Amino acid sequence: MDAIILQILNGLDKGSAYALIALGLTLIFGTLGVVNFAHGALFVIGAFCAVTLNRIFSISFETTDPTKVDFLGNPATIKTTYLEHWFGAGPAAWMTDWSVPLAILMAIPVMLLVGVIMERGLIKHFYKRPHADQILVTFGLAIVLQEIIKFFYGANPIQTAPPDVFIGTMDLGVWLGFEANAIAYPYWRMVYFLFSTVIIGGVFAFLQFTTFGMVVRAGMADRETVGLLGIDIDKRFTITFAIAATVAGLAGVMYTPITPPTYDIGVELLVLSFVVVVVGGMGSLPGAVLAGFLLGIVESFASMNEVKNILPGIDQIIVYLMAIIVILVRPRGLMGRKGVMED
Amino acid sequence: MGILEVKGVNKRFGGLQALGDVNLSVQEQTVHAIIGPNGAGKSTLLNCLVGKLIPDTGSVMFDGQSVLGRTPYEINQMGISRVFQTPEIFGDLTVMENMMIPCFAKRDGSFSMTAFAAVRNQKDIIEHAMHALEDMNMADKRHMHSASLSRGDKRRLEIGMCLAQEPRLLLLDEPTAGMARADTNNTIDLLKQIRDTRDITIAIIEHDMHVVFSLAERITVLAQGTPLVEETPENIKGHPKVREAYLGEAQV
Amino acid sequence: MLGLEKKDFTLLLIVTVMVIFAPFVLNPFPEGTAMAQMFNAGYPDLMQRFAIFGILVIGFNILFGLTGYLSFGHAAFLGAGSYAAVWMFKLLGYDIIPAILLSIAVSGLFSLAVGYVSLRRSGIYFSILTLALAQMMFNMAYSVLGNPSSSYNLTNGETGLQVYNSDPQVLLSATDPNFPHLFGLSMRSETHLLVGNWDFTLNAGYYLSGLFLLLAFYISIRIFRSPFGLMLRAVKSNQQRLNYTGLNTRPYTLMAFVISGMYAGLAGGLLACMDPLAGAERMHWTASGEIVIMSILGGIGTLIGPILGAGFNEYFKNILSKINDSILHEWLSFLPDGFEDIMVTLIHPFVGKGWHLTLGLLFMMVIIFLPGGLVEGGQRIGKLFRRKKADTPSDETPVE
Repeated sequence: MDAIILQILNGLDKGSAYALIALGLTLIFGTLGVVNFAHGALFVIGAFCAVTLNRIFSISFETTDPTKVDFLGNPATIKTTYLEHWFGAGPAAWMTDWSVPLAILMAIPVMLLVGVIMERGLIKHFYKRPHADQILVTFGLAIVLQEIIKFFYGANPIQTAPPDVFIGTMDLGVWLGFEANAIAYPYWRMVYFLFSTVIIGGVFAFLQFTTFGMVVRAGMADRETVGLLGIDIDKRFTITFAIAATVAGLAGVMYTPITPPTYDIGVELLVLSFVVVVVGGMGSLPGAVLAGFLLGIVESFASMNEVKNILPGIDQIIVYLMAIIVILVRPRGLMGRKGVMED
Repeated sequence: MGILEVKGVNKRFGGLQALGDVNLSVQEQTVHAIIGPNGAGKSTLLNCLVGKLIPDTGSVMFDGQSVLGRTPYEINQMGISRVFQTPEIFGDLTVMENMMIPCFAKRDGSFSMTAFAAVRNQKDIIEHAMHALEDMNMADKRHMHSASLSRGDKRRLEIGMCLAQEPRLLLLDEPTAGMARADTNNTIDLLKQIRDTRDITIAIIEHDMHVVFSLAERITVLAQGTPLVEETPENIKGHPKVREAYLGEAQV
Repeated sequence: MLGLEKKDFTLLLIVTVMVIFAPFVLNPFPEGTAMAQMFNAGYPDLMQRFAIFGILVIGFNILFGLTGYLSFGHAAFLGAGSYAAVWMFKLLGYDIIPAILLSIAVSGLFSLAVGYVSLRRSGIYFSILTLALAQMMFNMAYSVLGNPSSSYNLTNGETGLQVYNSDPQVLLSATDPNFPHLFGLSMRSETHLLVGNWDFTLNAGYYLSGLFLLLAFYISIRIFRSPFGLMLRAVKSNQQRLNYTGLNTRPYTLMAFVISGMYAGLAGGLLACMDPLAGAERMHWTASGEIVIMSILGGIGTLIGPILGAGFNEYFKNILSKINDSILHEWLSFLPDGFEDIMVTLIHPFVGKGWHLTLGLLFMMVIIFLPGGLVEGGQRIGKLFRRKKADTPSDETPVE
C-alpha cells in the first residue's frame, strides 16, 4: 500500500509539468487552431528565467579592504553582490535563497511579452495556412529558440537550488499511519504539485468566471459563431496565447530545482505533452490536465522494479503505448467531444 | 421494387430525433426529389445512404443489397455517386486529371498498385476522360487548374466526374445552393439533359422549388425527420400538409 | 526513353551527369588554398552524405510531397535500416548486398506496422502518432534493446552497434577487405586524380551511393507519373472526394508510407556501408525533423527538390560549422578594427557550433516566404526573366 502511494506521489510532479504544458497546448489549439511545436521551448525559457535571476542576484563588485591583507601581503579584495549592497546582508541572503520562487515575478512579464511577440510576429500569419505549415514553422521556431538559449547558457545542465526550507524530504507515511520513512517525499516536489494545482485552478477560474474566459470557451466550442458575433478575436487570440506561454513558462521556472535545465529539455517534454493532449482529447482542457497527471502516475508505476522485472523497459514506452491505444480505440481521447478531430 | 429502398430508418443525435421512421422508395430511371424545410433531416438521410452515417434502426437497400455498414467508397463502387453541396473536386489537379480519377476507379476498382505505368500511356482512360469532358462541354478547359474554374464549371466538373463512373444512382445534395440564377438554370439544363439521355436514376435534395419542379417526377416531403407526403409535382403544389410544413417559409 | 517523357528524361540525365562529375564540380578550388578548405565539398565523406540523404528525402517526398501526410518519425526507419545492415556485417561478413537487402526489408516491415497504426488518423493526429511511435522505437533502441548485459541486446545502446573481431561473420573469406565491400571492392577504396594543383577523389562508396540515388530518383519519377502517383496527389487534394469516387485511400497512403520507409531503410543501410556502425541518435525525432527540413528547403512535391534540399542542407551545415572566429577575422580584415570586432561578435552565434541556429532561421524564412523551397525560388527567378519576353499563359502541369 505504501509503495503504491509513493508511486502515485512520484508521478505527481512529472504529471504536473505535463499537465501545465498540455493545458497551454490545448488552449492554443482550441482557440487559435494552431499546433504549437514551440511550446516546449516556452517551458525552457521559463526555466532559464529562474537561472537568469539567480545569476543576476550573484552579480557583484569588488572592493579592497585596506585593514586586511591576503597571504601575499596585498590588500584583500572583497566581493560584494549588488543585492547585498542595496538591500543589506539579511534580505540579500533571503532573496538569493528564494530566487526560484522570486523568478516567477520575473517570468510572468517575460513570458507574456514572449507570447505576445510570438503570436503577433509569427503565429498570426499562419492561421489560414495548413496545419502542416503551422507545425513546420513552430518547429523551426523551437530550434531557433533552443539554440539561442544554448548560445547564452551552454549545453550543460545548470543547478538551481530551491529555498533551504524546502530542501529534504517530508515523511508523509507517518501522517498516513505507516512506518517512518515508508513514504519519503521531497518537499519541493510537493510544492511543485501544489503550485501547479494553483495555476490550473487559476486558469480554469479565469475561463469560468470572466467574460474574457467565456468568449474563449465559446470560441473553443464553435469558432465560426464567435467570429460572427463581431467580437475582436485578434486581441483575444493574442492574450490567450500569452497566457498559455506564461503557464508553460511558470511550469519551467518551478521545475528547475527538480531537474537542472538544459537547452533541449523542451524537446523531450514537448513530445510527451503532445501525447498527453492526444490522450486527454484534443481541445479538452480538463482532459489535458487529467491525462497529464494520469500519464505521470502511470509512468512512475512502470518504472517500479517489480514491473520492470516482468516487462523490461516498459517505463520507456508506456506513455507512447497508451497514446497509441487511445487513438486507435477512442480517437477523441478521454474527454474530447465527439466529432472533434476524430479523423 | 425501387432501385433504392429505405425502410424504417431512425437516427438520433443525443436527444434530437433527426430521422423518425423514414420510408422511401426511389424507382429506377426517375428523378426523385426530397424536399423539406431546414432541419427536416434531408442531409442526415443522404448521409445514411452514402455510408457517412449509420442509422440506428432500419434498412437501406440499393438494388437488392444492403448498404448499411459499408464505407463510402464501397457504396460508390456499388453504383451510387454523390454530388456535394459545395463542389468537391481535386483543386490541386488539372481538369483532365480530375476526370481521369473516376475513370481509374471505374476500371481498376477501389485500389490498384499501378505505380510503374505512365498515366499518359493509359489510352483507354484518356479516351474515357476526354469523352466525359466532351459530354460536359469542358474539353477545352482540360489543362486548367481546377481550382481556378468558375463555381458553375466546378459543379459541372463534379457532376461529370460522377457520371464518368456510370453510376446507377446519382445523389445530388442541393446542387444549386449559393448559385447565381444563370448558373442555376445552366445546372437545371444539364440535369435535364442527363435525365433524358442516360439510363440513370437521380435522387435530388433541394431547397429551391424552381429546381425541384423543373426536374422531378416524384417528390417526397420531409418534415421533422419524417416523410409527410410522396406525390407527383402537380399534386404537391396545393397539398395542405406541405403548405403546413412550409408555413414558416411561406415565400418559397 | 526508359519509359519517361522527354522533360523527365532530361532531368534524369542532368542528375546523372551531376552524380558522375560531382567529385570534380564540387572541388573548384585548388588543394591547399583557404578557399578549398572552406568551400570544397568534393571529398568522399560529404559526397556520400549528399547522395544518401538525397535518397532519404526523395523517399520522404513520395509520402509528404504527394499525399500531404507529414511524418515526424522517418528517422526511425533510417536507424532501423542501419542496425539491420550492421547486423548483417556482424553475422555474415562485410558483403553489402545482404546488408542493403535486409535494411530495406526491415524498414519496410517497420513502416508497414507504424503506417498501419498511424494512417488510421490524418492531419495533426498522424504527425503526432508517427512522432510518438518513432520516439518509442528510439527509446527502446536506446535502453531496453541496447542493454549490453541482457540477452536481447540488439542495438548496443549508447555505445552504438559495431562489428567486433569476435563476431561470427560466417561468410567472411580471407581475401575480403576488412570493410564493407561489393564483390571485394571496398567502399573505402578510392582513386586520386591529380590535375595541376587539384586533387580529385573518386571513391567507391560515393559512386555506389550515387548509383542508388539515380535508381531511387528514377523510381520516384515513375511513381510521380503513374496512376498510383495521381491517386496520391488526389489524396492530398481532396480525400473526401476520393472516397466518394469509389477509391479506398488507406491502401494508397499505406503503400506510399511503406515505399518511403523502404527508401529510408536503403539510406540507413548505405550509411552503415560507408561507416559500419549504427547508433540510436540516428532515430531521434529531431533527426526526423531534419528530414522534414531538407524536403521543405528543396521544394516539397517536386521531383528535383529533395536532391537540392538534401545537398543544400548538408553543404551549408558543413561550411557553417567550419567557420570560426579566426576565419571571420580574416574575412572581415578589410573593415576598421573596432567595427571588425563588432561584426565578428555579431556573426559568431550563427556559425561554428551555432549552425543549427542559422539553419533553423533559414528554415523558418523558407516556410514563411517561400513555401515551395528552392524549386519555387528558381521558378520565380525564371519567371522574372520570361515575363519580359512574352506573356504566354502557363500551360504546365503543377508537378515538376
